[in-house]
Amino acid sequence: MRDLIPLFPYLKKYKSKIFLGFLFVSVSIFLQSLYPLVIGNAIDDLISKANEELLFKYALLSVGIILTGGFFLFLTRRTIIVASREIENDLRNDFFAHLQKLPKNFYNEKTTGDLMAHATNDINNVRNFLGPGIMYSVQTVLRTIITLIILFSINAEIAVIALVPLPFISYLVYSVMKRTYGRSMKVQEAFSAMTTKVQENFAGIRVIKSYVREKFEIEQFNKISADYQKKNLALARMQAYSFPMMFLLTGLSIIIVIYFGGMKVINGTFTVGNIAEFVVYLGQLTFPMIAFGWVISLVQRAAPAMKRISTIMTTEPGIKDAGKSGINLTAESIRGEIELRKVSFRYPKTEIDILRKVDLKIPAGSTLGIIGYTGSGKSTLINLIPRVFDVTEGEILIDGADIRKISLNELRKSIGIVPQESFLFSDTIANNIAYTGEISEERITDVSKKAGLYKDVNLFPEKFRTILGERGITLSGGQKQRTSIARAIYKEPKILILDDSLSAVDTSTEAEILKELKEVMKGRTSIIISHRISTLQNADNIIVLDGGIIKEQGAHNDLIKLEGIYYNIYMKQLLEEEIKEI
Amino acid sequence: MSVHKIKYKKEEEALGKALDSQLFRRLLSYFKPYKLQIAFATILTITISALAAVRPRLTPIAIDDKIANKDLPGLQIIIIILLGTLVLQGAIQYIMAYLTSWIGQKIIYDLRKKVFEHTINLNLKFFDNNPIGRLVTRVTNDIEVLYEVFSSGLVTAFGDIFTIIWILYFMFTLDWKLSLVTLSVLPILVYATSVFRKNVRSSYARIRILVAKMNSYIQEHITGISIVQLFVREKKTVEEFEKINRDHTEENKKSIFYYAVFFPVVELLGAVAVGLIIWYGGGQVFSSYISVGVIISFIQFTEMFFRPIRDLSEKYNILQTAMASSERIFDLLDRKSPVVDPEYPVPAKDVKGNIDFKNVWFAYNEEDFVLKNVSFCIKEGERIAFVGATGAGKSTIINLLCRFYDVTKGSITVENTDIRNFNQQDLRSNIAIVLQDVFLFSGDIKSNIDLGNDLISNATIDESVRNTGLDDFINSLPEGISHKVNERGSTLSVGQKQLISFARALAYNPKILILDEATSSVDTETELLIQEAIKKLIEGRTSIIIAHRLSTIQSCDKIIVLHKGEIKEMGTHQQLLENQGLYYKLYQLQYKEEFKNA
Repeated sequence: MRDLIPLFPYLKKYKSKIFLGFLFVSVSIFLQSLYPLVIGNAIDDLISKANEELLFKYALLSVGIILTGGFFLFLTRRTIIVASREIENDLRNDFFAHLQKLPKNFYNEKTTGDLMAHATNDINNVRNFLGPGIMYSVQTVLRTIITLIILFSINAEIAVIALVPLPFISYLVYSVMKRTYGRSMKVQEAFSAMTTKVQENFAGIRVIKSYVREKFEIEQFNKISADYQKKNLALARMQAYSFPMMFLLTGLSIIIVIYFGGMKVINGTFTVGNIAEFVVYLGQLTFPMIAFGWVISLVQRAAPAMKRISTIMTTEPGIKDAGKSGINLTAESIRGEIELRKVSFRYPKTEIDILRKVDLKIPAGSTLGIIGYTGSGKSTLINLIPRVFDVTEGEILIDGADIRKISLNELRKSIGIVPQESFLFSDTIANNIAYTGEISEERITDVSKKAGLYKDVNLFPEKFRTILGERGITLSGGQKQRTSIARAIYKEPKILILDDSLSAVDTSTEAEILKELKEVMKGRTSIIISHRISTLQNADNIIVLDGGIIKEQGAHNDLIKLEGIYYNIYMKQLLEEEIKEI
Repeated sequence: MSVHKIKYKKEEEALGKALDSQLFRRLLSYFKPYKLQIAFATILTITISALAAVRPRLTPIAIDDKIANKDLPGLQIIIIILLGTLVLQGAIQYIMAYLTSWIGQKIIYDLRKKVFEHTINLNLKFFDNNPIGRLVTRVTNDIEVLYEVFSSGLVTAFGDIFTIIWILYFMFTLDWKLSLVTLSVLPILVYATSVFRKNVRSSYARIRILVAKMNSYIQEHITGISIVQLFVREKKTVEEFEKINRDHTEENKKSIFYYAVFFPVVELLGAVAVGLIIWYGGGQVFSSYISVGVIISFIQFTEMFFRPIRDLSEKYNILQTAMASSERIFDLLDRKSPVVDPEYPVPAKDVKGNIDFKNVWFAYNEEDFVLKNVSFCIKEGERIAFVGATGAGKSTIINLLCRFYDVTKGSITVENTDIRNFNQQDLRSNIAIVLQDVFLFSGDIKSNIDLGNDLISNATIDESVRNTGLDDFINSLPEGISHKVNERGSTLSVGQKQLISFARALAYNPKILILDEATSSVDTETELLIQEAIKKLIEGRTSIIIAHRLSTIQSCDKIIVLHKGEIKEMGTHQQLLENQGLYYKLYQLQYKEEFKNA
């Protein structure tokens, strides 16, 4: 229960709605409790042969009571349940907003699937507790109290006897629910084991077929499928109790009333109308008793779910923002001089330094090329500049200021980055390019021409309004990269970073794009990572990274003369080109 | 300009399908093996619905005859009968609920078995062309949707109908005039229910779309979180999300409205029915046409009447969703594999490893030939290396030899028999493939070596572990060969995974070995282990190697240089080097450095 405390501020926001809901539910319960009294009286009057007019009044009265009661029930749902939906909305907004603040490190440790489960299942479980959970617990408590008062006022003795089975209902419902929940969790586990098996088999189909293991895998699958069936049947055995249990116990109460009440009628201390009243009231009690057990199981589900949500909501964003207290540099005023001083970096919970005491100066407006084998630290280095990660040791300066002292937003606004894996959103091409700032068709056309994308987009029937992703079209790798470049240029950043961003583009297109980009890079500091010498050779300065250390540095011609790593890569690529020509 | 593929993806958002009699009949055919159980379940539902209607019928007898006449022993008998029917009803209800689940589970199991077996036996082309996620959904979720139809769905629909019939029967035998008066609310109830269902259903459809939209938004912005942060779009993103979340909440609130109206309306209709009973029936009591007990039992009947009517309309919805799923499942079951086994297969027992490619042409997509007129022959025990740039057609040769695909033109023979005359499985049991991307299954190291084959003895496994140099690693593990392997072997290093796949191939002791050497770099120590293991692997059997290592190439009898789907050069390492052709260039590109280092 303690895990649910973080919900209080959310409840508080809707306190008037919830309060009204409590009021409405009380009125509707009160009215509905009157209903059996009316019927009981009507039947008694039938026996004592009252006049017909009175009967018509009874009929109208019973309909009237249910009508008003129903109206208030309607209002209850419109307040409490609506409030629960609003709280769900707030909670999900806050959860999502918090996710946006968390650093890359956090996402490296969590799977998308888990986070999705928190945003959907966990929040749903909390909502179920807040809405139906609260509504039914109020209903249950009120209805039980009112009904008990009425039953006891009619006849205390019969009331006591008749009520004996009711607490058992609650307890039974609770324990069946608990076991059902436990078993359904097991069913779920078995289901996901089965899914994993199928997934693995289909993904590894080549191995299965080449080693002729189809029969074996089918047997294995059937075993898992049989286990799933077994778990389901265990669940079914438990669920099968719920229905008979319910009416067995109410039925029992009714039979008790007919028997003992009947004896009293024979003695003359009880009326047939009283029996009818009891029967209806007992029927009214059954549902609250069932709801009671259900509410408990809702709480049991909501508490751990809320705990998981709270854990994430209280996770601190790892990258501290200097905000306004920092150095007064804005995206507009930054010139773009970058300096790395003895920068070392290692990922948390690892022991290997990805970068080792790297010293590097990039003058404002110059172009730096980076080349090196996979794992040499290229991407890590450029990720440190927009503070995707913070350095482990040393410092990075922009225009002479430690980047940790610059406002995070201003820092990132001044950098246009084209990441290695071009990630685009399922939105129009225009919206993807104009990701930052207002949409200007003129500028979109301009930047897409520069990124070598314009011709491709014009081939699509919807042009820039073409939607990408699941609900739209899939771009080729090269098209994605060029869109991603256009997006970065659109930002008009002072610092432009291309992380192996032309790898999926063929050499002739690359040359075209590079020619265009040359214009763009004028007056901007640019960093280009590439495996291809052709991409880098015109840079003002090129560094060769190897094992987190700068091994070679200089302009293209200098590095060739050096006959080191750079030279070797260059020669190989010349050969590759030659082979392709054949 | 690179070729770009534009794929328009179909939306899989099927919300339900109108009843299709052919589909429905095919679905029903799965009930056949359980005819008896279904008949029994149907009898039980009829009994239950009868019993449920009996109790209100007994109430007037208890009140009018026994209580009114102060007949205590008579009352006791009625009470005992009431108790008896109650217990009986409970017991039957329990058996029925379990029995229907049992039938449903059995049929689901049968169907799933069939679908899985069918799918796994489809050829590779099918798997290459269909996203694995979608296939997994067919076997898992789509079949799950059918459970409700197969279990409670149809049988309880029967029950509901019978309940209604029984109640009607009892009501009319008690008093037909009062019955008609009571039932006058029925058309309104049916109408209200259908309006409610229609609204709720379309509201749910909209909610489902909004939930999917919201989920994909969350998913996308978790995957693309770096972009959001690097482009300082957190605020905008949150705003956008709030809009989507708001739409979702509003739609949910709308469906709350439907519920908030519907339940009071149903109660109201119930009250109207009771009011009519009191008003009209009460009048009849005065005229002594009807007893008070009859009135009480009519009140009870009204309450019992409402539930089955509501349930029935729900069942119809379930059936509609099931139709959409079953259509997808049957579509999969109707797929045929284009690579088929011959009717009278040649036994592949005496395969020694003589392979002949004769003028082989092959295209994955119609005219786009990946292999062009490729001919070569490999003799028993020979080692052949294939060399070429990516896209030269090396892997296609493997795919064809294993009959994952059939040649477009030309033929491939093994021991002078066209491989299309063998059973696919017989052919493959003579071949072992070691792929570049090692695929490991979750389980342990042992199960990844023998792949669950009982015919491979522990001694064989131990030997292959030793011969591949995997023993040092295995001995360093506390559980040894029973060391747990995660999904895809995520906890093992690239080198370890490769050695395991080598041990796998060795343990199967194939006549023909196909090795697609991995290019990924490993540390020097592992590299030596791998080189040693490869030597053991190819010893004494026909081997086809897509080579990336100089040491492997040098130990081969023949090297075939592929370029853009054609054989350009063929010969030994020395011969080809002297040629100074394509091989010479490739050699300089890929192997020279290695050669220098060695």
